[in-house]
Amino acid sequence: MLKDEFFSKHDPGIISALRSAVVGIAGAGGLGSSVAVSLARAGIGKLIIADFDKIEPSNLNRQQYFINQIGMPKVIALLENLKQINPFSDYQMHEIKLDEKNIPIIFKDVDILVEAFDKAEMKEMLIEIWLSHFPQKPIITGLGVAGYGKNELIHTKKIDNLYICGDEQTELQEGISPMAPRVGIVANMQANLVLELLLKDV
Amino acid sequence: MKTISVNGNSLKWEQNMTINVIIGKMNYTFKMLVVKVNGELIKKTEYDMIIIPAAADVRIIHLISGG
Repeated sequence: MLKDEFFSKHDPGIISALRSAVVGIAGAGGLGSSVAVSLARAGIGKLIIADFDKIEPSNLNRQQYFINQIGMPKVIALLENLKQINPFSDYQMHEIKLDEKNIPIIFKDVDILVEAFDKAEMKEMLIEIWLSHFPQKPIITGLGVAGYGKNELIHTKKIDNLYICGDEQTELQEGISPMAPRVGIVANMQANLVLELLLKDV
Repeated sequence: MKTISVNGNSLKWEQNMTINVIIGKMNYTFKMLVVKVNGELIKKTEYDMIIIPAAADVRIIHLISGG
């Protein structure tokens, strides 16, 4: 009964496409935890999420975790939180450091992959692996999220099946740290684009 | 004059042009990249190996930290 009520604000025409979708999220930090929360609320049928990190107090400035979860693996805490939001979807969590060997295995069944890493070298590795293994499947990367303000610089760009969300210029450096609003905006642009791609033929 | 397009900018094409040659001519200094030529991924290990044809559409995406 509650499940029907959960979906009562959804357009009936899109529910089956959302419920049959599988979306991967590589990283469960600032971008990944926010993408996961939005996609869980949207009712995506299955999320596959991988991260190796544990929650630190400094993460709470922008990541979807709570004080009582400090020290927990991010994927375990995120699973708790997602189930509190939407217990009707399937969540496959992997506590693992992603690399070129395990990425094609862990994410082989996803319709779309969301790149949600922090470090540029990890983003490079993931995108290169993805485009060489699954060139037909979209990957949505977050590029340029640090700092605050400058809403007008944030955009979406498409290069074949590689989609970029962010300002593509604001790098982490001394004096420019990631903050909840801007990271959250880009994460939700990624999540919004996931929905657009999943529902484009519906 | 034959040209290629690099991130939407026109660049004079030369024989034996590789991705590393193009990066030098564009004065790109960033290290973390994803490169696509005519829609095909060029892997990092191929930046000195693959010869870029005239009229190619080259996209060089600069990856930056933060997330």
